[in-house]
Amino acid sequence: MIDREQVLHVARLARLRLSEEEVERMATELSGILGHVERISSLDLDGVEPTAHVIELQNVLRPDEPRPSLPRERALASAPDPAEDSFRVPSPQA
Amino acid sequence: MASELLELTVARAAERIRSGELSAGEYFDAYREAAAGDPLNAFLWTAEGPDEGGAGEGELSGIPVAVKDIFCTEGVATTAGSRILEGYLPPYTSTAVKALREAGASVLGKTNMDEFAMGSSNENSAFGPVKNPWDHARVPGGSSGGSAAAVAGRLAPCAIGTDTGGSIRQPAALCGIVGMKPTYGAVSRYGEIAFASSLDQCGPLTRDVTDCALILRALEGRDPMDATSVGIEGGVELPSREDLKGLRFGIPRELASDAEGIERGVRGVFESTVELIERLGGELAETELPHAPHGISAYYVLAPAEASSNLARYDGVRFGPRADGDDLTEMYERTRHDGFGDEVKRRIMLGTYALSSGYYDAYYGRAQRVRTKIAEDFARAFESFDFVVTPTSPTVAFELGARTDDPLAMYMSDYCTVPMPLAGIPAISIPAGLAEPDGGGPELPVGLQIAGPAFSESGMLDAAHALERAIGFDSVPGGGS
Repeated sequence: MIDREQVLHVARLARLRLSEEEVERMATELSGILGHVERISSLDLDGVEPTAHVIELQNVLRPDEPRPSLPRERALASAPDPAEDSFRVPSPQA
Repeated sequence: MASELLELTVARAAERIRSGELSAGEYFDAYREAAAGDPLNAFLWTAEGPDEGGAGEGELSGIPVAVKDIFCTEGVATTAGSRILEGYLPPYTSTAVKALREAGASVLGKTNMDEFAMGSSNENSAFGPVKNPWDHARVPGGSSGGSAAAVAGRLAPCAIGTDTGGSIRQPAALCGIVGMKPTYGAVSRYGEIAFASSLDQCGPLTRDVTDCALILRALEGRDPMDATSVGIEGGVELPSREDLKGLRFGIPRELASDAEGIERGVRGVFESTVELIERLGGELAETELPHAPHGISAYYVLAPAEASSNLARYDGVRFGPRADGDDLTEMYERTRHDGFGDEVKRRIMLGTYALSSGYYDAYYGRAQRVRTKIAEDFARAFESFDFVVTPTSPTVAFELGARTDDPLAMYMSDYCTVPMPLAGIPAISIPAGLAEPDGGGPELPVGLQIAGPAFSESGMLDAAHALERAIGFDSVPGGGS
């Protein structure tokens, strides 16, 4: 059901590199799982509202007051490549 | 004597500590030693001593708690069972852990888990599987398998875990202990590493129902740091019920008599527990949850969809290891390839696919509607019943490796536990007896699941307490009864 091209397309969307072996395995496994999931396509769901969240909560507000945030050095403490008080990353363009 | 201390319930130990009969230091040391010896691979980190400033004057004064390694603890490595968080030291502590400390408890250690809480066997941990204390060749269940094994194996008096599709209740059942998933919103998720945010909920794993109530009492509450938290109005009462008179229990046939894949032994224990409910004065009748059999399908679209979004943050920029790449995209892709394990990759792929253009309506949209139907089924059942009861897990603990090559078989472990989080309602698993697996093997624990309407925790704990007394489960791992 899911072919190799689709696996590669979805992997690209997910920013996930997969090895050749993983691509093959993923196509088989995802097809199997989706085959099971497809059972819900037989249900009559016309007019049923979707549920995104189970408790009724609307607009949980708090006063808009300034408060201290995480100090910069602590936010950077676990970063693999901090530089000049920032997170350094490779250039977006090679 | 240390081994006697390891048999005390939290309630008894806390009482002895309060009365001065037991020193908090001695109690902590007994567990520190047990946890450090860990024959189950249940712990990823253990504390040197009680938390500084802990052992305050709370209901849990002097009680060591094992904490699933999904809860951020400031200055203590927090991995979520993943290589992608290697070296990460959280700059803050989760509200759940803070709440336990405020009640006087101390963190004993951080427990092993399926990577990002994705799994039903603990075999998806980057740090090796946890062993079931009843039989080291078997899984403890998952994803809170380290927490469940530690409590059952006398390496911790109690623990906390998270449940998204059964991750507290199923390992509790497989290890012969009590585990509860509270109502969505009862406990703050702040500092609990996110898997599927509309489903994830923190809860206790304990030796008995009273301890479960004690831990839940400390955990529940509204937290300004989690806008979806509301707490439990009126708090949590300690259970005292000794019968089930006046309570109506429904048995949903889709999750019991008609369910496929429930082992003979599990069925036998379930049926005798149901008889016990009647003997205690409870009213029993069969009921229906017609959409519950579609829970697995809905869950394995919705949870991976939410996960694919939540796990986008692991990109090698702000924390964790980074792989080399010539440009930014290549760095992301390689970091995520190296850092995530097979199951996490599978779910990210599944979720990304279900949310991708052209498939969104067919998968995500439909699954959300099935979720509505499942919640409606429960609401209808609760018009006639106070609670519904089911087996917690279709099978007893299975052998390590038995389901690792078949993701769908693994997912079916959650068949009876998945509908409740989809509806946001609470459910508890209590040990109901022992049974052999189909095909033979050692006698292993079987769990009974009780589910109720949103925020029915106090009543549920009360009913579970009465049933627990009547069941009289006193078997311990490795020792028979």
